[in-house]
Amino acid sequence: MKRLGMISVATLALSASGVLADELSVVCSAEQDWCDLMVSAFEAEHPDTDVLMVRKSTGETLAQVRAEAGNPKIDVWWGGTGDPHLIAAEEGLTQASGVDTSELLGWAQNMADISNGKAIGIYAGALGIAYNADILSEKSIEPPQCWADLEDPRFEGEIQVANPNSSGTAYTELATFVQLFGEDEAMVKLAAVGKNVNSYTKSGSAPSKAAARGETGVSIGFMHDMVKLAAQGFPLKIVAPCEGTGYEVGAVSVIEGARNPEAAKAWVAFALRADVQSRAPEVGSFQVPSNSNAKVAPESPDLASIKLIDYDFATYGSSDTRGRLLARWDAEVGDPNPQK
Amino acid sequence: MKNTVLIWLAIGLAGFAFLPWHMTDDGLFDPVWINDGNASTGLFSALSGQWWLAPAGLAPLMAIAVQLFVQAPVRRARITLAIAIAGLFLIALQGMIIVRAGPRILEWLFTGEAALAGQPGMGAGAGLCALALLFVATVSISQSGKGQGDAFVVSTIGLIVALVGIFVFFPVMHILVRAFEVDGGYSLTEFFPRFFSADIWGLGCLFGPRSCGVAINSLFLGVMTGAGTTLLGLSFALIFTRTDFRAKKLLRVLTVLPIITPPFVIGLALILLFGRAGTVTEFVADLFGWEKTRWVYGFWGVYFAQLLSFTPIAFLVLIGVVQGVSPSMEEASQTLDADRWQTFRYVSLPLMRPGLANAFLLGFIESLADFGNPLVLGSGYSVLSTEIFFSIVGAVADPAKAAILAIALLTLTLSAFMAQRIWLGKKSYATITGKADSGQNASLNPALRTLCYATALPWAALTLVVYSMIIFGSFVKLWGYDHSFTLAHFIRAFGFDLSSGRLTGVAWDSYFTTLTIASIAAPLTALVGLSTAYLLVRQKFIGKDAFEFSTMLSFAIPGTVIGVSYIMAFNFPPIELTGTSIILIIVFVFRNMPVGVRGGIAAMSQLDKSLDEASITLGANSFATVRRVILPLMGPAILAALTYSFVRAITSVSAVIFLVSAKHNMATSFIVGRVENGEFGLAIAYSAVLIVTMLAAILLLQLMVGTRRLRRADRVQQTA
Repeated sequence: MKRLGMISVATLALSASGVLADELSVVCSAEQDWCDLMVSAFEAEHPDTDVLMVRKSTGETLAQVRAEAGNPKIDVWWGGTGDPHLIAAEEGLTQASGVDTSELLGWAQNMADISNGKAIGIYAGALGIAYNADILSEKSIEPPQCWADLEDPRFEGEIQVANPNSSGTAYTELATFVQLFGEDEAMVKLAAVGKNVNSYTKSGSAPSKAAARGETGVSIGFMHDMVKLAAQGFPLKIVAPCEGTGYEVGAVSVIEGARNPEAAKAWVAFALRADVQSRAPEVGSFQVPSNSNAKVAPESPDLASIKLIDYDFATYGSSDTRGRLLARWDAEVGDPNPQK
Repeated sequence: MKNTVLIWLAIGLAGFAFLPWHMTDDGLFDPVWINDGNASTGLFSALSGQWWLAPAGLAPLMAIAVQLFVQAPVRRARITLAIAIAGLFLIALQGMIIVRAGPRILEWLFTGEAALAGQPGMGAGAGLCALALLFVATVSISQSGKGQGDAFVVSTIGLIVALVGIFVFFPVMHILVRAFEVDGGYSLTEFFPRFFSADIWGLGCLFGPRSCGVAINSLFLGVMTGAGTTLLGLSFALIFTRTDFRAKKLLRVLTVLPIITPPFVIGLALILLFGRAGTVTEFVADLFGWEKTRWVYGFWGVYFAQLLSFTPIAFLVLIGVVQGVSPSMEEASQTLDADRWQTFRYVSLPLMRPGLANAFLLGFIESLADFGNPLVLGSGYSVLSTEIFFSIVGAVADPAKAAILAIALLTLTLSAFMAQRIWLGKKSYATITGKADSGQNASLNPALRTLCYATALPWAALTLVVYSMIIFGSFVKLWGYDHSFTLAHFIRAFGFDLSSGRLTGVAWDSYFTTLTIASIAAPLTALVGLSTAYLLVRQKFIGKDAFEFSTMLSFAIPGTVIGVSYIMAFNFPPIELTGTSIILIIVFVFRNMPVGVRGGIAAMSQLDKSLDEASITLGANSFATVRRVILPLMGPAILAALTYSFVRAITSVSAVIFLVSAKHNMATSFIVGRVENGEFGLAIAYSAVLIVTMLAAILLLQLMVGTRRLRRADRVQQTA
């Protein structure tokens, strides 16, 4: 019994932990290497600040920020697709940082306007189609050029895309179809593509990884992810659909009630600077930077040459539209996992 | 006994008077708290305005007075008990009412600056004080004649109930109530239609082209996996104990490998072998001219991966049990002219029932809660665990749906648990008695032996192939495409600079954190798990069944739910733990405790109670009995519990994802990040290093725990 007591005391002794004054707690939802680079660059400029960074996906981060509301342990949320950042702003979980956004491109400022300055765009990534060149040539399938090609029976069982109920990437695709073709037509087209889909994955990045390894012939996802896989040596070819395509905007937000708001604002200002954004390609991140003066890597998908739609983040990011579109997707595009 | 109470009262008082009552920002061992005027001892705080802390000091004082002035022992114990419980209650109450933002209710009572300023989470002083009062209460219960007057037993029950209550029920309640949440309130009528919807329980796949409900999918997978792993585990256990198979050592390593494998790795390896572009698939397709299919994505892939992953758990539970079946029973059977098959079928196998039942239950529950394999291989086959994860973190976050699915999952677990109880019944399975026992275990009859080899060896071969693939994958540039040799992944993860002695690899931080946390969590898990098992098997007390189920609860709930519920429960005072390493340790201890409990129960049901009784008769108390008689006979169960909890602390992912913080990042969350990033090489290299580390740790543990000697020699009858 005493022994039990001793152990419990030892456990308690461990529990008292502390927070130093100059610690900045960052959750990073971009690629790990990019996160590491940002931290070391920031610390080099702010030697008094100790940046504590952890990488979590946007969904995980949003769940954590919600659960911690009122007593947050995070100061800044950097990177990751914009929708969850916008939801957090809408729910009052983040605060405006008041950082100057005048150097930013239109889509990044637009995001700040929608969220009242709470979420600011840091990069953009366009939606695209990727195909495994080996598989398609082996099966002598003509590669796709347009969204409409994906409805063709030649791709039967070859297309993989994520389920919009679980993946933000797939929701962007759904919203892009709706904005390109109108809601009713979009559902018809998605259902037609659905006939060729071999699996609706849970995670948005899974289809392109599967296409890279030859587990599926064609995938839909974000182009910068595909570029990264192709750069690693996989036989992946990337297509910007001829009808035009939607895109995501990665964002940065300061958490409401952050313990270290000053350092958090310094981080936001730092993350928006042209010289900082220009460094992303060093670690293989090929998103398009939001600062108009930042250098764009040659590998990055050139947004100027891609037909981008005027993506309406305010409408399609709202919970109402989202709920309605997903309900229609479930009903009309169908059972994501029919038994074959 | 009176002295025990006095000692605990003194400890409680010391905690109140000399330790900081609240959490401090600088850690316990930093003496800053003494004079910084913020966090201070309970005594000081109580005197300087936080009067609601006074009961924590008054309770021990009053109890001490009672010890000194009340003579009648039973009366004294009852009064002490009442005081201790009242003290505990008031401590908990003030913690729940006054949070950081000040009082939540009863504002008219808590007025004044001190109350409005609020208070941080409880710290060392509060913890020690509460613990002391808890033990005072339990010792007093035993003194008043309850619990057979055994203070050790009552105290252990009290402590475990308190711990399970705080760290399992309290957080889980936070999330389960959300199942009943509707806009602006709670409703039962909304719950039932949602709970019984076809999305969850639908049987569409039996009658048409629709898919079945997620719960039905999970149930089917769980039963198949439970049965499959139990069968494979039994085959292995029989090969180990009842045959003279030559490569037992190698087989032993193979049975351990899958549980020491970080998540996603088995799934990835299976895709590279059996996926549409997999090595085996291409080979077979070329050979027979078949179309390459994606069969591995869906039920069969997940089932396959789960068999690989969870057979070792069944094996760990069963090996102790199969070893424990007494040879004298088998010899008696053979003397009575039974052949080897009859002996096995009617004597050995029935005696293994607790092991079989526990192995099945663990396999079933593991399968239900498994997250990594369905995520990688599940494709269209939705199961509860992934569905719950995406209802929390998916594009549409729906905590209510997650809570409802979690309740569905708990329903399945509870049913499995009940079914197991009914099947085991009230029979006795004790075979390890104090009596001289030097017989030989009967070897298997030839047909059964062939059957064991036929099930276990292909599985072992497959494991070997999968792991060779993993090692191979960590040394090549691009697994699956560019197979030129490289050490780059290892250098990136675990590089170091010899000249300056600096660790330059990116993985070192999380590697050391993971090992530290796992080494702290493992012995605690084993301790809590086996103490619980001891109570369940050896002691009788009110509410034992409910107690047993509650210890299984945390295991049955998917990690995601646990992770989120821990944030919801422990981010705010009275218990504020998020962002610390302690929350990771606690989540591991209480998530993995059930394995210690199940393994302990299975092993302990075999120990004849006469051993305890002999020890008690000879004047030992129950603590001495546990230490000197039961523990030495529990070697395999202790080893299993230690191994399992150590390994699970390193490999579990879904609960951890929400709880890791920048200061305390874990290996799995690092690996998952890399996999998501498409950096398979680095992820696999890191996994390979973890596998080697865990293997070394397991061998070390095995050496430390040693083997138990049940009889003079474990011999297997030679086949004549």
